[in-house]
Amino acid sequence: MIITKQKDEKTILDYLKGDKKIFIAGCAQCATVCKTGGEEEISKMAEFLQKHDKIITGTDVVDPPCHLVKTKKLFQQHKNEIQEADAILAMVCGDGVQTIMDGTKGKKVHPGLDTLFLGEVAPNGHFMQKCSLCSECVLDETGGLCPITLCPKGLLNGPCGGAKNGKCEVDKDIDCVWIQIYERLNKLGQLSKLKKIYPARDNTKRINPRKLILK
Amino acid sequence: MTLKEKLKSKKFVVTCEIGPPKGTNVDKILQQAAILKGKVDAVNVTDLQSSVMRLGSLVTCYLLKTRGHEPIFQLTTRDRNRLALQSDILSAAVLGIENVLALTGDHPLKGDHPQAKPVYDLDSIQLLGAIKLLNSGVDMTGNELDGKTDIFAGAVLNPGADPIEPEIIKMEKKLISGAEFFQTQAVFDIEKFAKFLKKVKHIKAPILAGVILLKSPAMARYMNENVAGIDVPDTIIKEISSVDKQDMEKKSIEIAARTIKELKTLCAGVHIMPLGWESKVLSLLNAAGGKD
Repeated sequence: MIITKQKDEKTILDYLKGDKKIFIAGCAQCATVCKTGGEEEISKMAEFLQKHDKIITGTDVVDPPCHLVKTKKLFQQHKNEIQEADAILAMVCGDGVQTIMDGTKGKKVHPGLDTLFLGEVAPNGHFMQKCSLCSECVLDETGGLCPITLCPKGLLNGPCGGAKNGKCEVDKDIDCVWIQIYERLNKLGQLSKLKKIYPARDNTKRINPRKLILK
Repeated sequence: MTLKEKLKSKKFVVTCEIGPPKGTNVDKILQQAAILKGKVDAVNVTDLQSSVMRLGSLVTCYLLKTRGHEPIFQLTTRDRNRLALQSDILSAAVLGIENVLALTGDHPLKGDHPQAKPVYDLDSIQLLGAIKLLNSGVDMTGNELDGKTDIFAGAVLNPGADPIEPEIIKMEKKLISGAEFFQTQAVFDIEKFAKFLKKVKHIKAPILAGVILLKSPAMARYMNENVAGIDVPDTIIKEISSVDKQDMEKKSIEIAARTIKELKTLCAGVHIMPLGWESKVLSLLNAAGGKD
């Protein structure tokens, strides 16, 4: 799940300073789960903007806005509303913002959200980052816990030695993932994996922008 | 004799840590070093210790080298990628700096520029591997060097880590990757440290045990609560608490000197971290019976 957080209202109003007529787009998937770009948040945003003298030409919750074909469909279905609008406010992740721009023939699009991380959806509105999209999964070597993400230093060769009472030196509220990896590998009878020396990573695999073409 | 030769000759070795200043005024640090000249075997120069922006370790090492000291260039992987790390090791070699202590380094969030981007392109083990390659005449991608390095590489060790097994595994990996000596986090509990040494006796590299002067009972308690691997026993906290404030310095030196004397029978040497009490190191060494 792509975890997002709404930008503060002042920032959004600043973005929309020169725009009178606004089309608001949301996301039926991740941003709906995060309560940042679902039906409810879109109508709240519409209400808020109307209070600040904006005209809402239309809204839609795209399923999903990171899909180019879907954003093209959005443009077809709401052609007049989008053409009439000065800009689109996209309550979607950073990918969605750009895909909406592509799908609406380069319409001016403002981001309404900040895109935070790829994470696990835990109960009670808790979202936890678990993966950094590093292009080279190491989870089999580390007992299923990602040190690239869960260790603030992203170390691959064991604990930095800074943990105190099992907690990370950077944040006392988080567990040292390398101690957890050790405990898990020990339990799985795979401690030999901890003894392996991991060479320096090949960062060419992570040069942005990344792309994938299916054959 | 160089640090390497001294450790090989099984002589009890004393190293002392020095922290470069925040700014360009090097008078104080050079004075501190001058007092220690001939009294310690090598001087560790910290690399932006605690992630606080300061004068660089490499330049400070050079200043010390030209004044007849034997510096240990502490090099963390926090701020430099593999290009800069390897380049700095070449630079150290050219400046006649022979010892490098490879560290991962505290996270920038712990320091005075928490907004900085952490690098950690390599970890301490991979850095040791890089030094080994540079010593063999090639860089990390196998390109041949015009003039190789001859660096005596060391690593750090936390004998108080809990659990200890991953720390020992990491120590083994550091040894395989090229560490030729180890310097440890501060040791206060000699019995516990002796037990640790038994566990790592298969790792054949000299260990210099860390020694910190306890300035007050509050400092001891603070370290127990906040610093990884530090465990000041209650008996020592009681001991330092038993004297009046004006006698605390004397007591502190007495405790640390006793620790050093006990360590002389256990390991290859000690590594003193004065943490602002650089001026007391000489008294400490005298109280501990000198460096021999």
